[in-house]
Amino acid sequence: MEILLAITIGALYAAAFYMLLRRSFVKVILGLAILSHAANLFLFTVGGLTRGQAPLLSAEENGPAELYADPLPQALILTAIVIGFGVQAFALVLFKRVYQSVGSDDLDSLTGNDSEL
Amino acid sequence: MKSILLVLPLLVPLSTAAVCLVLWTRPWLQRAVSLLGTVTLLLAGVSLVSLVASEGIQVIQLGNWQAPVGITIVADLFGAIMVAVSGLVAFSVVLYSMQGIDRVRESFGFHSLLHVLFLGVNGSFLTGDVFNLYVWFETMLIASFVLVALGGEKAQLEGAIKYATLNLVSSAIFLAAAGVLYGTVGTLNMADLAQRIGSGEVGGVASVAGAMLLVSFGLKAGLFPLFFWLPASYHTPPAVISAVMAGLLTKVGVYALVRVVSLLFVRDLAYLQPLLLVVAGLTMVTGVLGAAAQGEFRRVLSFHIISQIGYMILGLALFTPLALAGMVFYLVHHIIVKTNLFLIAGIAHRVCGSYRLEQLGGIYRSRLWLALLFLVPAMSLAGIPPLSGFWAKLALVRAGLETEHYLVTAAALAVGLLTLFSMTKIWNEAFWKRAPGSSETQTPPPSASQPPASQPPTSQPPTSQLPSPAAGLDSDATLRATGNMGWMVAASLLLALLTVGIGFFAEPLFALANETAAQLLNPAEYIEAVLPKGA
Repeated sequence: MEILLAITIGALYAAAFYMLLRRSFVKVILGLAILSHAANLFLFTVGGLTRGQAPLLSAEENGPAELYADPLPQALILTAIVIGFGVQAFALVLFKRVYQSVGSDDLDSLTGNDSEL
Repeated sequence: MKSILLVLPLLVPLSTAAVCLVLWTRPWLQRAVSLLGTVTLLLAGVSLVSLVASEGIQVIQLGNWQAPVGITIVADLFGAIMVAVSGLVAFSVVLYSMQGIDRVRESFGFHSLLHVLFLGVNGSFLTGDVFNLYVWFETMLIASFVLVALGGEKAQLEGAIKYATLNLVSSAIFLAAAGVLYGTVGTLNMADLAQRIGSGEVGGVASVAGAMLLVSFGLKAGLFPLFFWLPASYHTPPAVISAVMAGLLTKVGVYALVRVVSLLFVRDLAYLQPLLLVVAGLTMVTGVLGAAAQGEFRRVLSFHIISQIGYMILGLALFTPLALAGMVFYLVHHIIVKTNLFLIAGIAHRVCGSYRLEQLGGIYRSRLWLALLFLVPAMSLAGIPPLSGFWAKLALVRAGLETEHYLVTAAALAVGLLTLFSMTKIWNEAFWKRAPGSSETQTPPPSASQPPASQPPTSQPPTSQLPSPAAGLDSDATLRATGNMGWMVAASLLLALLTVGIGFFAEPLFALANETAAQLLNPAEYIEAVLPKGA
C-alpha cells in the first residue's frame, strides 16, 4: 500500500511542478492545487498507514485493545485541506482579475513591474 | 494573570480585526479601534518581554492538554522580543495610515486585514508546535495576499501573483516537512521534537525535514536563490502596506529558521553551517548589487531587505553567543529602520508625487526636516555610528572575525559600504538635487504623476507612475491635495527617534540580546519549560 501511495505522490509532485513551470495562468493554478494535494497525501502516508480499526473508543473501554489508525495525520490533513481550499479560492479570483487587467493568460506578460529599471 | 499576557498578542489583533469588520461602514470608528488595538498590542508585547526577562520562559498549554499532546504557546525571550517589535511596527504603521492610506482601500477592510496579519505574525512568534506554526503562517499569508492586491492596480495584481504563487509553494514544502517530522519523530511539539532529536534516538531521516524547512523558510525570508518574489511585489502596494510587509513578513521567515535550527537541528550544524554561511554571503551581495541597479525608491529598499536578511542569516550561521546576540540586535534594528524607510518613501511620494528617483528632487530645499528624517534610518541601515545599525554590524563582524570566517566577514563589510552607496544615491536623487523640470516642490502640478511625454502611448507606462484610471481607486492625488501628513510624520519620527535611542543607549538592548542568545544556545531550558516534569 505504501508503495502504491508513494508512486502516486511522486506522480502528483511531478505533475504539480510541471504545471507550475508552464506559462498559462490556468495551469499554474492547477499546479498549486495538485501540489497541495500531493503534500496532503504525503503527510498521510508518511504519518504511518495502519490497516485497522478506526480510532474510536466505546464508553466502557479504557483504551483501544487492538491496533488502530493514528488520527493525528488525518486531523492535520483536514486542517490543511481547509486552508488550501481558502487559499486556492483566493488564487483563482486573483488570477482572474489579473487576466482581466492584463488581457493575457501568459505569465511572461507580467513584466510591468520589472520594466522600470 | 501571567498567562493572559501570553495570549494577549493573539487576542488583541483578533478582536480588533473582528470589531473593525463590524464597523465596516464607519471608517472613523475603525481607525480609532485599530489604533487602540495596536497601542494595546505594543503594551502587551513590552510587558511580555519584561515578564520573560524577569521570570524565564512562559508557557500555556491550550485547553489544558499537556505538552506533547496539546498545542503549546511559548514565549521565550526571542519570541517575546519579536512580539514587542511587531507591536511597535503595528502602532507606527496604523498611526501613519490615519493619513497614509486612501479612503477607498480603508473602506474595503484595510484595518481588519492589517490586524489579521498581526495575528498571524504574533502567532508564529509564540507557537510551540510545528503544525500550528504552519497554520499561523497561512493566516499571515492570506492577509498579506489580500493587502498586496488591495486596490486592484495592475502593478499590484502582477506583484500579488508572483508573491502568492511562490509563497504557496513554500507552504506546501513546509507541510510536507511537518509530515516528515511527524513520521520520523512521532511528535510535532517543538520541545518534544528537540528532546527526541537531541537524544539521538531519531535517525537521519529527520534531517530531511530540516533541509525542507530550510528551503521553505528560506523562501519566505528571501534567501539567496529564492528571493525573486520579493522585489517583484513589495513595491507595488501603497507605502503603508509595503512598510508593514517589509518590516515584518520576511523576518517571520528568519525567526522560524532561527527557531528550527537552534532548537531542532543543532546536530546538523556540521553541514548546515557551511551552507548557511555561503547562502548568507550570497544573499548579502546579490541583494545589495540588485539595489544598486534600481531607479525606484521602494525597489531600492526592497533589494536592501534581501541584503539585510543575509546579515541575520550570517548571525545564525556563525552560531556563537556573540553572533546570535548580534542577530537578535540586527532583527530589532532592521525591523524599525526598514519600516521607517518605506514610510519615508511614502511621505516623499506624498510631497513629490512619484517614487521614481529621477522624478523626485529638491526635498532638501523645500523640506529640510524630511531630508533629516530620511538621513537617520538611511545611515543606520548602512551602519554609520552611532546609530543602531552600527552596533548590530559591529557584533556580527566581531563574531565573524572571532570564528575566523574572514571571507564572509569581508563580504559583510563590503556590503555595508555598498549600502551606503545606495543610500547616498537616494539622498542625491530625491533630496539633494534640484527638483526636476516643471515640478515645483511646493505645489506639484498633477502632471507630476503622469508618465513622461517621451514615452510612446502604446507602451505600458511604468507602473509606479500609473494613476490607475481603470480602477479609479488610487485617490492618492486627492490625499496629496489636502497636504495633511502630520500623523505620517509623527509615525516616522517615532521610529527615527528609536533608531537614535538604540544607537546611543545600545547597552540595555544588547544585554537583552545576549540573554536571548544564551537561551537560544541552550535548548534544554526551552524543553524544560514546555514539557511536564518527568516526561
